[in-house]
Amino acid sequence: MNSELPRWATSIALPLLNLLSALIVAAGVIYLLGESPIEALSILVQSALGNAEGFGYTLFYATTFIFTGLSVSIAMQAGLFNIGSDGQMYLGGLGLTLVMLQFDASLPAWLLIPLALMGAALFGAAWAFIPGYLQAKRGSHVVVTTIMFNFIAASLMNFIIITYLIPTGEQNPASRVFAENGWLPRLNAWLPALGDTPLNLSFVLALLCLFAYGVVVWRTRWGYALRAAGKSAHAARYAGISIASVIIITMLLSGALAGVAAMNSLAGSMHYLSLNFTSGAGFIGIAVALMGRQHPLGIFLSALLFGILIQGGADLSLEKSNIPPETFIFIQGLIILFCGAMENMYAPALARILNLKWRKNV
Amino acid sequence: MPTAVEFREISKRFGKVLANDAVSFSIAQGSIHGIIGENGAGKSTLMSILYGYYQADSGTMLIHGIAQSIPNSHAAIQLGIGMVHQHFMLVEDMTVLDNIMLGMEGGFRLRSQRIRIAAELAKLCADYSLEIKVDARINTLSVGEQQRVEILKQLYRNADILILDEPTAVLTPQEAEALFAILRLFKQQGKTVILITHKLAEILAITDEVTVMRAGGVVAALATATTNQEDLAHKMVGRSVATELPRQTLAATQVVLQVEALSLQNAQGVHLLKELNFSVRAGEIVAIAGVSGNGQSELLEMLAGMRQSKGDKISGKVQIQDYVLNYDKKDPCLAAKLRKLGVAHVPEDRLRDGVIKDFPVWENILLGQQSKQTYLDKQKCVEASDALLQQFEVRPLDSHLRLSQLSGGNQQKIVLAREIAARPKLMLVGQPTRGVDIGTIQRIHTELLALRDAGVAILLVSAELEEIRALADRILVMSGACITGELPIADYDTTRIGLLMGGLHK
Repeated sequence: MNSELPRWATSIALPLLNLLSALIVAAGVIYLLGESPIEALSILVQSALGNAEGFGYTLFYATTFIFTGLSVSIAMQAGLFNIGSDGQMYLGGLGLTLVMLQFDASLPAWLLIPLALMGAALFGAAWAFIPGYLQAKRGSHVVVTTIMFNFIAASLMNFIIITYLIPTGEQNPASRVFAENGWLPRLNAWLPALGDTPLNLSFVLALLCLFAYGVVVWRTRWGYALRAAGKSAHAARYAGISIASVIIITMLLSGALAGVAAMNSLAGSMHYLSLNFTSGAGFIGIAVALMGRQHPLGIFLSALLFGILIQGGADLSLEKSNIPPETFIFIQGLIILFCGAMENMYAPALARILNLKWRKNV
Repeated sequence: MPTAVEFREISKRFGKVLANDAVSFSIAQGSIHGIIGENGAGKSTLMSILYGYYQADSGTMLIHGIAQSIPNSHAAIQLGIGMVHQHFMLVEDMTVLDNIMLGMEGGFRLRSQRIRIAAELAKLCADYSLEIKVDARINTLSVGEQQRVEILKQLYRNADILILDEPTAVLTPQEAEALFAILRLFKQQGKTVILITHKLAEILAITDEVTVMRAGGVVAALATATTNQEDLAHKMVGRSVATELPRQTLAATQVVLQVEALSLQNAQGVHLLKELNFSVRAGEIVAIAGVSGNGQSELLEMLAGMRQSKGDKISGKVQIQDYVLNYDKKDPCLAAKLRKLGVAHVPEDRLRDGVIKDFPVWENILLGQQSKQTYLDKQKCVEASDALLQQFEVRPLDSHLRLSQLSGGNQQKIVLAREIAARPKLMLVGQPTRGVDIGTIQRIHTELLALRDAGVAILLVSAELEEIRALADRILVMSGACITGELPIADYDTTRIGLLMGGLHK
């Protein structure tokens, strides 16, 4: 009974406390590196939020994290810990690239881009299907299989890019550049203030996906079945919900969302497929899902936070030579540690404080 | 007579809930003292304080006249306090001897200790006429025997104040009688027994004194000889409770559920159900009596379409109205299909199966009904949920609360309300009043009888004979995966049912 916290406490106060703890530890490390944490913070904020162009970059990074965050979140709603979003995004990139390479000369943009989107979703979903199937039908734990599938994806992509996709005569392990009708329109075409930022239509798609995710998970019978199966396998069995099909469908969706994450960087910014283009965005999705408590608004805010950290962190390490770029990975680790592994660390203390208040009221 | 335990102004608060409110009473040495009260009356909290699981916020406890603080259960054992829990604390794969030694091995080498302790146990068994084979493994023993092991364990630890928490919940009437004989022997030997129960008949049968608790406080402390069932029930609930509910005579005709030669073997080849034959007609309550674990749970799971275990061998036929259930293909959605046919199910283990604790109440009202609409209109769902809560007097009336924030009785009302609202033709009900207080029990019984009068066929599984007597039109008794007997309510006879529950055929 005394662990029952009001909703505002679990959904707002606890994540903020956890985030604060992570940032305090990070500040301590920056101090030990011989820099002022306050100055570092102000550089970070100034670079990520203080000007339209920086903010554009922040949103650009956040877009990818919204997709991967959604991918991890929807699986979590069904009680599945999909660690494989990174591999699924990587394969999604392959699906997108194959469509582009095949059709960018022949199809108009309005047909090519949706087709590429479908290719990305399909390949991501297919890569997630195998762990999903193994979990549903064979009981192989999805955490183990998705981790393995990240490695398999990395090796497979290595092989495919180097053997088939490098244009003849090139050294760089990457595909050729897509034709311009495969480039996603950038938002600075409508908002010139954004300057030369790669923020593109994917951002709008990400917001739509956030909204759709909220509706599907909380307002449809299918989302209900998904959450019921995630919370209690026994209750799902009682209600006649097929857990196996929930697992498979959820993993397909989760993989599709991860696959679509590849749109933002590949079709929106780089315009070619390169080795390791995901740069760990799938793993940041785990942090985003944990910190955002799998809630659409939470996912948006935490994706934004990671966008700020990437954008601001890059400038920070340029200005402060004592702070290496790896600091960002360190902070990301801290956030996963505090928001994921130790998410309820402050819950007993918070309950005690609230209890004291209740006693006075009684 | 000297007092064994005296509580003085014991108070304990959990958050907003005052679980014990200045509780004061004393328990005479060498007596059997009953403590009764509804769920949430504070009995368990008080006993947990006595046994050192919780610390009182204020007040003192005197053990044999000396004020003691009991910081943990180890200290309680040192003071000679022993507790037999409702759920036994035994290691299934170990022998009786090893279970009793556990934590009190008394030396580095087990072999010599085993011989010494076995001898001591033999003497204790003789003194208290407990029949226990000390080298038997726990999982080969019946529930009654396991309980005796628990008691022997407390005796070996020199307990002279023995707390028993709902000890007869899992026993047949005969086993319960045997337990009472042992408890009377304890009394003769000068030991003190504290019996926590909600069964009024037991209190009257065996205790010397009884303390009635309600809402965290003591409402009465009486000599048992001066009271009776109605009086105790009245004090416990705080208003008078009708012990018999009025019933219409049975006008049953059409068979709704027909079970023919139903057998179930699990992957290990153990028969969980063996050649079951019975039917339930519209407007009839058929009750299955029996000690828990004799196949009732599996039968309910089968009929509700929930049984999904791999390697099951199923034979026989189950027909619900015109629909013959197909168990050949393990269909995870069978439960949902049966619901469409008008089967409702109040599961035995409602916390595990019947609800999702982390979901709000209104979403729990949708469980099992989720496939009726594609888009869940929250406002409409909440309104429907509110109406049900109001109809069934669920407290607090708030569909947005998480289910875990409600008491057990109110959770059960929600499950029942949901299943009744589905307008079933066949209602499967498992242990509808387990862990539910008297006032709510009466409410649930009234609802079930109303459902029966409305022409619903009801199959009731209950371990409480009193409940079966109050509700059933016909009684089936299950023991060892078989139906050992059937009798109409007119022939109700506790002794005969008890014998059938013990597996003795007519």
